[in-house]
Amino acid sequence: MSDNEAENELVRMANEIAAFFKPYPHDEAVADISQHILDFWDPRMRRAMIAHLEAGGEGLQPLALEGLEAALRPAPAA
Amino acid sequence: MTIHQEIPLGLRNLKLTPLEAEIDRGTPEREGPPVTLMIDGVTITVPEGTSIMRAASLADRQIPKLCASDNVEAWGSCRLCLVEIEGVKGTPSSCTTPVREGMRVTTQNARLERLRKGVMELYISDHPLDCLTCPTNGDCELQDMAGVVGLREVRYGMDGDNHFDAAHKVPIDVSNPYFQYDASKCIVCSLCVRACEEVQGTFALTIEGRGFESRVSPGILSDDFFSSDCVSCGACVQACPTATLVEKSIVEHGTPRREVITTCAYCGVGCAFKAEMQGEEIVRMTPWKNGGANEGHSCVKGRFAFGYATHKDRVLTPMVREKITDPWRPVDWEEAIGFAARRLLEIRDEHGAGAIGGITSSRCTNEEVYVVQKMIRAAFGNNNVDTCARVCHSPTGYGLKTTLGTSAGTQDFKSVDKSDVILVIGANPTDAHPVFGSRMKKRLRQGAKLIVADPRRIDLVRSPHVRAEHHLQLRPGTNVALMNALAHVIVTEGLVNEAFVAERCDMTEFERWRGFVAEERNSPEALSEILGVPADELRAAARLYATGGNAAIYYGLGVTEHSQGSTMVMAMANLAMATGNIGHDGVGINPLRGQNNVQGSCDMGSFPHEFTGYRHVSDKEVRSTFEADWGVTLDAEPGLRIPNMFASALDGSFRGLYVQGEDIAQSDPNTRHVTAALKALDLLIVQDLFLNETALYAHVFLPGTSFLEKDGTFTNAERRINRVRPVMREQQGMSEWETVCRISEAMGYPMTYENEAEIMDEIARLTPTFALVSHARLDAEGSMQWPVNEAHPDGSPIMHVDGFVRGKGRFMVTEYVPTEERANRRFPLILTTGRILSQYNVGAQTRRTENSLWHPEDSLEIHPFDAEERGVADGDLVAITSRVGQTTLRAMVSERMPQGVVYTTFHHPFSGANVITTDYSDWATNCPEFKVTAVQVMPTNRPSAWQEEYTQTAPGSRRIHTATAAE
Ligand code: SF4
Ligand code: SF4
Ligand code: SF4
Ligand code: FES
Repeated sequence: MSDNEAENELVRMANEIAAFFKPYPHDEAVADISQHILDFWDPRMRRAMIAHLEAGGEGLQPLALEGLEAALRPAPAA
Repeated sequence: MTIHQEIPLGLRNLKLTPLEAEIDRGTPEREGPPVTLMIDGVTITVPEGTSIMRAASLADRQIPKLCASDNVEAWGSCRLCLVEIEGVKGTPSSCTTPVREGMRVTTQNARLERLRKGVMELYISDHPLDCLTCPTNGDCELQDMAGVVGLREVRYGMDGDNHFDAAHKVPIDVSNPYFQYDASKCIVCSLCVRACEEVQGTFALTIEGRGFESRVSPGILSDDFFSSDCVSCGACVQACPTATLVEKSIVEHGTPRREVITTCAYCGVGCAFKAEMQGEEIVRMTPWKNGGANEGHSCVKGRFAFGYATHKDRVLTPMVREKITDPWRPVDWEEAIGFAARRLLEIRDEHGAGAIGGITSSRCTNEEVYVVQKMIRAAFGNNNVDTCARVCHSPTGYGLKTTLGTSAGTQDFKSVDKSDVILVIGANPTDAHPVFGSRMKKRLRQGAKLIVADPRRIDLVRSPHVRAEHHLQLRPGTNVALMNALAHVIVTEGLVNEAFVAERCDMTEFERWRGFVAEERNSPEALSEILGVPADELRAAARLYATGGNAAIYYGLGVTEHSQGSTMVMAMANLAMATGNIGHDGVGINPLRGQNNVQGSCDMGSFPHEFTGYRHVSDKEVRSTFEADWGVTLDAEPGLRIPNMFASALDGSFRGLYVQGEDIAQSDPNTRHVTAALKALDLLIVQDLFLNETALYAHVFLPGTSFLEKDGTFTNAERRINRVRPVMREQQGMSEWETVCRISEAMGYPMTYENEAEIMDEIARLTPTFALVSHARLDAEGSMQWPVNEAHPDGSPIMHVDGFVRGKGRFMVTEYVPTEERANRRFPLILTTGRILSQYNVGAQTRRTENSLWHPEDSLEIHPFDAEERGVADGDLVAITSRVGQTTLRAMVSERMPQGVVYTTFHHPFSGANVITTDYSDWATNCPEFKVTAVQVMPTNRPSAWQEEYTQTAPGSRRIHTATAAE
């Protein structure tokens, strides 16, 4: 799997997580997405996602983007 | 390891000595108001409806019998069990006569003795007198009864019309690989017929003919057992009082000399068995009557398919190699352990702690799994531990924990006896969980209603004396839409159990959910087309579930192995909470687990984010108890899950993997992707019985032990902690946990245990739900269902009795999000996968037994219309192509499939079913989406490229250096 594919994979995962929480009120959804990422993503996945966010976050749904921002920036745990 | 010489006591509930507990009381137990009577001067009180025979047995006045057994209803044909009752004329048979208040019964006097002798005499006159050379000599009830009644002569002589002399004897039916049928010894007691009907529920046997002509027959259209409907569960063999139906192993080796109680290592039912031994050899496995999960029943795998444990393919010597293209080099344990530890340390030093990790096995004991995850967390120094349950039941964990508060099924198996409505979703219990399937069928024959939600017409939908009220033949991938449609009906038709919800659940979340499912777009009418199920059928099913009495949900991998697996688990929990179907007998939501110890391996802290008992690694308080006990600092960050391990292996950040007893190269989706990842590793350590598919890419092979050599516990799908006891020594010389401890020690973190019981003590010390579990207790009191702690000292058959584990039940909004894997012009069919009765998972064990006679290869089930459209006839080779790969299988044209859906199993490596499955996965847990792959099917005349490559390369990668190979 190229880096690109791996990144696409993370983007897809993030979008799917966001799709689940989407029916919830916005702030709750963002918090839940963020917590999910922190609970289940290992540090290197989070690092890869931070890099992807820094590069513009292509392909991420708006809600996924917000959840990821809340989880990973400005204070990345790794 | 200690070899247990004695039968341990396991009889907490029965308050009997083991010997007594195994006595056959002649007729089944009854429930009812007490009735008191007198038998041979002994006063006894039993429930109404009990037979005189059973009451007498309980009063220690065993009555002779030939055609009765306490696992089937009485039939009253042999007339050996007759008794006298004061004030009643004649001599009624005690097995068919129920007790009455104040009855006075005589079980033995001169008249009864004479009558019984007469009965026996008739039987024996048509029975060969070759007892000394008979396979069941010493283990035959006909023999025993002849002795009991004092038969001394047979006045009719032995040369009248009979079934056994050369002129009359029909050939022995040896068609079944495990047992034979010798009609000349049959006494036509019909116990086998009743066992097949009542215990197994298959109805394969009948008594054919009348009077002297009558004989047992396996069905009308088939001439032998193998070609009949028989599923080879062995219940009839066990029931047969004579040598008519008998195990071939007994014919060959003779009767057993000692026995050890242990647990089946195949599926999540977790049946208890008596391993019956001669020395270190098993001659027979008999399901144990006191087994909490199976109560004396078994299936063909557990009872008969244990031969793999001593199969010649088993590797008994550790082996290493520098490169996976090298031949294997057999070495001693010390060298293998040193090699593994050194290479792990090298990788860790060079690439950081995160570069190594391991996968635990659902086939290993709790104790073995526990030490592996401990080694990874403490010695490897990270949380890169995952378990093969990732690919089957991880969504169950996530979904049930979120809604109810704990990651486990809510009921014990027995609970189904009290169900009025049974909803089976994406599970095929008669094939995958056969003993529970039999139990469920029994309840259905008693009148419980059945709803099946499955794209395929599984056997349960229509089998002898069982008819599903509703078969919701939904399209693969639409489970969540189905639940939403059912919930819509329940909410909008006022079928919610408001009192239950108000008392037990979080009302804000409930109202939110109620509003969501009530939306018109979730109505059966709106979803009918997506589901492919008529709206009125959906409405009727929802009403039945909500109003039919105790309603229970049983589900399997057809629920979890989807991109919305976790959502689906939550949706089912919503339904159960809304209708109050949780917290007591007969209801609940129950995962049917695949492998035997899926529950246990999850409980034991095999997930990268959780310690034992499902506690997150970031929880400081929890972490510090482990740190204090283990004397190390632990990582607070979640580790890699299996799919992430593969991805990281490909990007070079993950380089060393320890795999305990699993064949990920065969069982995980998108085989090419998996093998590419495995090839990219610097070090792969495989611990297994066989050089499996994964071992093709390994550098270190550590021979494992079979369940017959293990000492420890398995936890079944009902959270039942069962003891596994060794019946023989480790064939390769070292227990698996000890191997792990020694690797850990060589890496600088010593782990020392005297024995397996000490490991369990540590688990109990660190895991609140296991607080009061110990081997000593399990041995003395029998199996227990966790939680076993201060609050539940004897365990918990049913969960959430007085409230949910998480406090208030939490309804979750479950939006249906279709999977990205969709049928289109190029791939117009949906492939879904499953399993069959005789084989088990990747088949490494069952393929090495006679079970393969039933399933020599995997095939592709396809609807007649889809087949015809493609010019495919039954038995043709077809190429199945998905976005990621292609494989070739033989087609089986079958009306069980709906149009547009094809189906296969994945028991044989050559089938390469996972060459075509994609790496889409559940959003919350990354459990792969095995159940939905868009494919095209076309006739072909040759194996796929992958299969050809496999045939060429696999034997080479298994090469062992023969110069030094120790035989
Ligand atoms: S083995 Fe089982 S299925 Fe077969 S005839 Fe006997 S009881 Fe019936
Ligand atoms: S085969 Fe055995 S169990 Fe069946 S009727 Fe004959 S003697 Fe009885
Ligand atoms: S495979 Fe399952 S159902 Fe069959 S005997 Fe073993 S535990 Fe029981
Ligand atoms: S045991 Fe009662 S009639 Fe046979």
